[in-house]
Amino acid sequence: MKLTPYSQNAYTPVPSGFTKFRRNCVPWQIVRFIAINIKMTMLILKSHH
Amino acid sequence: MARVLVLGGGISGHTAATFLKKWLGRSHEVVVVTPNSKWNWIPSNVWVGVGGMSREDVVFELAPVYKKAGIDYRQAKAISINPEGSATSALPFVSVEYTGTANAGSKEDITYDYLINATGPRLNFAATEGLGPDCGNTVSICTADHAVEAYEKLAQVIEEMKKGEKKKFLIGTGHGMCTCQGAAFEFTFNVEHKLKEAGVRDNAQITYISNEYELGDFGVGGMHLKMGGYITSGKVFAESLYTERGVRWITRAHVKKVSKGKIDYETLNGDMKEEEFDYAMLIPPFAGAGMKAYDKNGEDITSKIFNPGGFMFVDADYSKGAAPFEDYRAEDWPKYCQNQTYKNMFAVGIAFAPPHLISKPMKSPNGTPINPTPPRTGMPSAMMGKAVAYNIKDMIQKGATEPTHSARMSEMGAACVASAGKGFFSGSAAAMTMYPIVPDYQKYPDYGRDLNGTFGEIGLAGHWIKHFLHYSFLWKAKLKPFWTIIPE
Ligand SMILES: Cc1cc2nc3c(=O)[nH]c(=O)nc-3n(C[C@H](O)[C@H](O)[C@H](O)COP(=O)(O)OP(=O)(O)OC[C@H]3O[C@@H](n4cnc5c(N)ncnc54)[C@H](O)[C@@H]3O)c2cc1C
Repeated sequence: MKLTPYSQNAYTPVPSGFTKFRRNCVPWQIVRFIAINIKMTMLILKSHH
Repeated sequence: MARVLVLGGGISGHTAATFLKKWLGRSHEVVVVTPNSKWNWIPSNVWVGVGGMSREDVVFELAPVYKKAGIDYRQAKAISINPEGSATSALPFVSVEYTGTANAGSKEDITYDYLINATGPRLNFAATEGLGPDCGNTVSICTADHAVEAYEKLAQVIEEMKKGEKKKFLIGTGHGMCTCQGAAFEFTFNVEHKLKEAGVRDNAQITYISNEYELGDFGVGGMHLKMGGYITSGKVFAESLYTERGVRWITRAHVKKVSKGKIDYETLNGDMKEEEFDYAMLIPPFAGAGMKAYDKNGEDITSKIFNPGGFMFVDADYSKGAAPFEDYRAEDWPKYCQNQTYKNMFAVGIAFAPPHLISKPMKSPNGTPINPTPPRTGMPSAMMGKAVAYNIKDMIQKGATEPTHSARMSEMGAACVASAGKGFFSGSAAAMTMYPIVPDYQKYPDYGRDLNGTFGEIGLAGHWIKHFLHYSFLWKAKLKPFWTIIPE
């Protein structure tokens, strides 16, 4: 991504190559799939009153 | 035998009706009044809008499902409520008008012992001149039919881009008082993904326009989350994604008018601006269903039951409506979704009147409110439906005089998976959770939320979850085996 100095997007963080790789790396995403599901399940359990 | 009447067979009403029927069995009646013959899993309309799914993938016929469940289904829309009955009826009733082809236009009064108003939003395109697909200049993805049309127009624009034409896309909120920014967010990135897939991304300028104060507000006042060794505002998370995907953004905007290929909008600092587009999908503001209410003598009591937007009053603290943002409290939010005048009447999902905004109220120097209104997304809507179903069951079966289960938005969390592109290996989504939905600065003084229950991350896993949710919620809504164990 080419940065345009002083533009709207010149002040935001952007993902590094490694972060982008991890986002699409299937084995890592399987781990994240499980982790996110656990987090969401905990949230659901906490939300029922 | 008691009769529970459910108005609206959407996410919250369908949840309430199906659980109630399961728990009450044949001894009591559950009647659902809803105007469409088909149930729509609305979140997947985003994918219909980019051609990733067909209309048939996101809807199913309600009649056979309700027949199997033993629910009395009336394809009709509720017109008015008589919570005290009338001169000729001792029982409270709802006047409905049938909408199915066989009996369209015919009317009936349906009596009830308990009423659940789950009529969701009325898409108020008329609030902004020129907004909407019917008589306006923008497309919508709020219904499955709208989404089909949105894709037809998108496909046409893509064809023109393939011939080398440059196009401007404008996606976001079509009024200063909109909610549902999440849907606009998802559509933005799904369109971007689609343009990339079609090989025409370089010919597109994509702009997101919103009434949010900052990106990532989503009508819940934004959120903070732990990321990379920092506690970071969701704004940073959101802006990063817009930057990465080359999407320009305009925030603090109230769209005043949509003409062919151009919008006029006002900003929070009072400037009047214009923005051109070749393709625009702008979410309309939401209003209530617009039902009337009458007392026993036929006097109009609509303003006692519904707020001016058409949302039903429940057990919220409405005295805080005009209070400053700093005085908002978690307890202002309804605990039981129960009307306080007529205690056999409940409102769930988008149909209940919130006590006030969640985001900070803001006005331009011209007096135009530019702030997101409170979202009531799928998960909390369904949870409210289930809690109210529990309460009515306990009232009928155990003689409970007070509700036994609560569903307060400041005591429950929300899981949200915002798609950023469809594809089993190429897709991505932002998976987020927040706890609680309405920030509670008394309990969590620093950020208003529990940072252990609030997180967000982007990746392929989020897309898989979104896809999995599509199938599991449709499975659940169709009452297929083990449907009750699928969470809301
Ligand atoms: C494009 C889009 C994407 C979304 N994506 C997500 C997402 O990813 N995750 C999420 O959590 N939420 C999402 N939402 C929000 C979610 O769809 C709503 O929060 C949810 O549908 C609200 O449930 P509800 O039961 O209140 O209303 P609805 O589901 O809209 O149901 C209301 C029902 O009432 C019926 N009705 C209307 N008027 C009457 C009347 N007069 N009489 C009887 N019945 C009536 C309607 O026909 C409808 O069936 C999305 C919304 C949109 C528009």
